Amino acid sequence: MAVRRPGPRAAARVGVAGARGGYRGSVTAAASPAVPARAARRRSLLTGGMLGVGVMAAVDVVVFHLLLGWHHFYDRSTPAVGLLSDGLLQTGYLVLLVAGAFRLADARRAGTLARRSAVAGFVTGLGAFQLFDGVVDHKLLRVHQVRYGVDLLPYDLVWNGAALLLLLAGLGLVVATRGEGRGTG
Amino acid sequence: MTGALAAGWLAAAGAVLLPAALYLAGVGVRRDGGRDWPAARTASWLLGCLLVGTALSPPVETAGTGATGHMVQHLLLGAAAPLALVLGAPMTLLLGALGPAARRPVAAVLHSRPLRLLAHPATGAVLATGGLHLLYLTPLHALSTRSDAVHALVHGHLLVAGCLFAWSVAGPDPAPRRPGTGVRVAVVVAAGGAHAVLAQLLYARAGALPPGAGLDAEEVRTAAQVMYHGGHLVDLALLVALFGARYRRGRRRETARAAGADVATLRAHVPGDDDGGVPWRGSRQGPMARSSPPG
Repeated sequence: MAVRRPGPRAAARVGVAGARGGYRGSVTAAASPAVPARAARRRSLLTGGMLGVGVMAAVDVVVFHLLLGWHHFYDRSTPAVGLLSDGLLQTGYLVLLVAGAFRLADARRAGTLARRSAVAGFVTGLGAFQLFDGVVDHKLLRVHQVRYGVDLLPYDLVWNGAALLLLLAGLGLVVATRGEGRGTG
Repeated sequence: MTGALAAGWLAAAGAVLLPAALYLAGVGVRRDGGRDWPAARTASWLLGCLLVGTALSPPVETAGTGATGHMVQHLLLGAAAPLALVLGAPMTLLLGALGPAARRPVAAVLHSRPLRLLAHPATGAVLATGGLHLLYLTPLHALSTRSDAVHALVHGHLLVAGCLFAWSVAGPDPAPRRPGTGVRVAVVVAAGGAHAVLAQLLYARAGALPPGAGLDAEEVRTAAQVMYHGGHLVDLALLVALFGARYRRGRRRETARAAGADVATLRAHVPGDDDGGVPWRGSRQGPMARSSPPG
């Protein structure tokens, strides 16, 4: 006896890197045998995704609405359903941002954060939001366009092209990190 | 300085100093009883008092006759100040300062049916955002610029409804049957959505809204954007308070578990040191305690 479990800090250090260090079968075999690697990775992926969507939504508001003034606050062609959904979605993104940040803190504390999977989820989230914004918000709901008084096509192409690249890069990372914490990642 | 201006400053100072003094007295009573009170809560309450005082001060009241100044005043009074005040946990302080005899009737009121209904986040959300809809979509706003009594009532409603909503969503004061995180988050999203839609409506129909107020359309459009983005900032703060409290509860539970494990290990190592001062069953079992794993 007298073998004490390492504290949360030690567990965080071991973290997923523990897989490379020889721990098999669990993300933090030493600290949290209750959380299997597969569940820890899935949670980290989701946490990263929530943060990705939330961060990109915040960037959209701060950079394109407030700093550049490209996006119009309200577009005369916006239908009522567009207004309502925009109102709900904007607060929803805030929920993802805050909930994601605290999930990240929680996982770090418990030493169950699969770092590379979280990054993969984050990049996927960035791309997913950007593509959703470019297709659903700009085109289907017509909340507003990328920019006004210019030829829209190149802007839409760059916007959605960048979104697609981010999304594909994110999904690539998701595949690349699928074994994280199980000795094969 | 004219009399009205002096009275305005006096009222604003009173709005800061009176609740601040009462709160500090409560903290003093607690300290005398040998119990601590988190400095962050005191700071939050004092900040809330200061925000209320700022919102009611003559310069802000003057700016409040314009659309943008009015919107900033409303954000201070109806959203920022309530959240800061609520995070000061005034009810916990009050219940702690009162004796057990006085505590019972307060608890009875808190658990009464009307208060339970009032304490639901949805009630706070409807009162807070519904009040704003009433203010900007009906001639109420125009009326409040003509009548001092209506003006004061509107301000009072904003502050009280804001406090009710913030408390029911984020605590930290206890509430009777506070619903789970999911319901509270959903209510915040719905309220945030209603607030944003109202802001966009004001923007889209600037010049016609608020009815009868005769405000400059361009200024109403600026005010609507302040309302929209300011509302999201407040939502952000509210959500941080909600999820932050959840996070701290989790950390406390974990610390308590770890402390339990530490004590168990200690007991297992030095069972003879126990003088019975701590009612720890394991230690009395002597050698049995050694065989049980810590935690």
